[in-house]
Amino acid sequence: MRAPAPAYAVALNDETIELATQAIGSALTHAVELVGEVQLHVHRDGLVPALTALRDTPGLEYQQLMEIAGVDYPSRAERFDVVYNLLSLTRNHRVQVHVATDEDHAIPSVTGIWPVAGWLEREVYDLYGVLFEGNQDLRRILTDYGFRGHPLRKDFPMTGYTELRYSEEEKRVVYEPVSLAQDFRNFDFLSPWEGAAYVLPGDEKAAQPQAKGAQTPVSADAVQKADAKAEGAKPGGEPAKASSEPYAKTTADSTADTGKGAPEADAVPKPKDPDVIPSKLGGQNE
Amino acid sequence: MSADPGLAPATTTVDPYIDDVLDTTAIERSGGDGFSEGGDVTISNYTINFGPQHPAAHGVLRLVMELDGEIVTRIDPHVGLLHRGTEKLIEYKTYAQAIPYFDRLDYCSPMCMEHTFVLAIEKLLDLEVPIRAQYLRVFFAELTRISNHMLNLGSHVMDVGAMTPNLWLFEIREDCYNFFERASGARMHHNYIRPGGVHQDVPLKLLADIGDWLDTRLPRLFEDAISLVADNRIFKQRNVDIATVSRDDAIAWGFSGPMIRAAGIPWDLRKSQPYEVYDRMEFDIPVGTRGDCYDRFMVRVEEVRQSARIMRQCLRDMPEGPIASDDRKVVPPKRSEMKRSMEALIHHFKLYTEGYHVPAGEVYVATESPKGEFGVYLVSDGTNKPYRCKIRPTAFSHLQAMDFMSRGHMLADTTAILGAMDIVFGECDR
Repeated sequence: MRAPAPAYAVALNDETIELATQAIGSALTHAVELVGEVQLHVHRDGLVPALTALRDTPGLEYQQLMEIAGVDYPSRAERFDVVYNLLSLTRNHRVQVHVATDEDHAIPSVTGIWPVAGWLEREVYDLYGVLFEGNQDLRRILTDYGFRGHPLRKDFPMTGYTELRYSEEEKRVVYEPVSLAQDFRNFDFLSPWEGAAYVLPGDEKAAQPQAKGAQTPVSADAVQKADAKAEGAKPGGEPAKASSEPYAKTTADSTADTGKGAPEADAVPKPKDPDVIPSKLGGQNE
Repeated sequence: MSADPGLAPATTTVDPYIDDVLDTTAIERSGGDGFSEGGDVTISNYTINFGPQHPAAHGVLRLVMELDGEIVTRIDPHVGLLHRGTEKLIEYKTYAQAIPYFDRLDYCSPMCMEHTFVLAIEKLLDLEVPIRAQYLRVFFAELTRISNHMLNLGSHVMDVGAMTPNLWLFEIREDCYNFFERASGARMHHNYIRPGGVHQDVPLKLLADIGDWLDTRLPRLFEDAISLVADNRIFKQRNVDIATVSRDDAIAWGFSGPMIRAAGIPWDLRKSQPYEVYDRMEFDIPVGTRGDCYDRFMVRVEEVRQSARIMRQCLRDMPEGPIASDDRKVVPPKRSEMKRSMEALIHHFKLYTEGYHVPAGEVYVATESPKGEFGVYLVSDGTNKPYRCKIRPTAFSHLQAMDFMSRGHMLADTTAILGAMDIVFGECDR
């Protein structure tokens, strides 16, 4: 890892996965290490025993719950991921616990294990509509009094549905449907350099010979693994240099590549004009 | 670090942890026909609204308080009045466009906010940062810590009744903002730390000026101001033994930063999980012994001195060299280069429209912001915009503990408790 990110005990990752697999048991669907961080995927029915085990098992000792984050994947059957970020003060290690759910199935609350979970669960409920069974105080927390909807869901528009202003006539703040003077613009920066999913107008021909580019998106984990491999390949060597090149071309032979491309397969050779005397080096009329 | 044990007790003697005591007194006072056996008049609890527009609320905080006489029996903080949907907005912005939103989270320590986000991006990109840039980041993060503590210490002192130190500490804060302006061009919203390094190198004169300032003006003003309150009888009466938090409570309630250190746990992410060049720095972690408001105050006071110490080491050790990574696909070219090179012009255009693509992955990166652990949980799907960016504010967990910390204390103590928590609503409400 070359990036100057906070360095906690990454060496404990494998050991943690092993211990957690034993401690949590069947509730653990799978455990992986990605980008140097341990992810434990737990089924929601076994969440409370699993987190209690993570807190109380000697050798795991995750005393602190730092954060509960919701993530929305609308294409999945269980569209929400709720991610618990735990911190061990004694082992100096962090772990993510992922739980999947949908709009209808409640996740058991962990307020009995960590009182701090109260507000964190309220926030996930407010922003995503995930229900927490056993949270005594599951009110909205961040949004306005009387707000409707769950704003961080991917199908909730960024502009929202209502806007408010102070009404001089009514002498109070009034809520009205959103009216935008200009449509919300979401630019599609992904085309055409990296390959759009649709054909751009006037760009129909581009599809025929497969254009170069459009690299397969690489995952952060793959980057890290390749990086580790490169570093392992030359033991004791200095860290791998960035693969980029300077802007200015240093070699002269690259100027020969004019970018005109290869001739088409059925191209007819250019007719020769007998009046033109060919120059030695091949003039521009050749 | 802690208060003088021989000192007089604080304004209230009720132990905030013994709920039973509170409950029984409440029953005794509210039951019956209006007169209890002792002949006292029964007064029922009443509820008052503290804020959202209150100078001691440090922003837009609304506290619904249930009072028994002048004793607080329950507090229900209502937050979210400054909710601006930052996390939703970030999902619609490229990574570079999202950085300025972090300046506007905790507007008292903007550089530390953007620092965390940039570290998260770099972790996903696995991007190397030149050593000079790492020194500059640490240097300005510590300057941010000083300026943040100037605001907090000053307003805490003012909340409990002293005016003068606040004015002196604001002098220091003004100096800090002048330095920020000279480095980044902006006083408050710097947008200085970028993936791969920092935006611009600093002039030598600026470093020299900050070095002078650290040796002369800062200690003079700061120590003068603190000497007015640190041993002040009234200040101690308002703070010592107010809202004591035990170690176990501090852990269970997710405390971090000066709040957990005041409770006696030597936990500082700069030491335990060093990022950038913090592992090369020599500094001490101040720890409290009682876990009360006075300890929290004094922990911050000592942190200012330690930050100055770190900054001096940065000035001493900072090498010459590049201030941003040479990865052309992430770091945009300098303007002079852009004017002469076609390649640079293309990269400049692409990086400021499409931006860079961050490899798919999920990371949780937390740094020691002046207020505690500030974390960013970043989910990338391989495109040029974050799929999800969850911000872990420090104030959220601390404010939640407000209820149990203030129970059994006087109404006037809530301002001291709130001041010692160091809460900024830009960050709490996001």
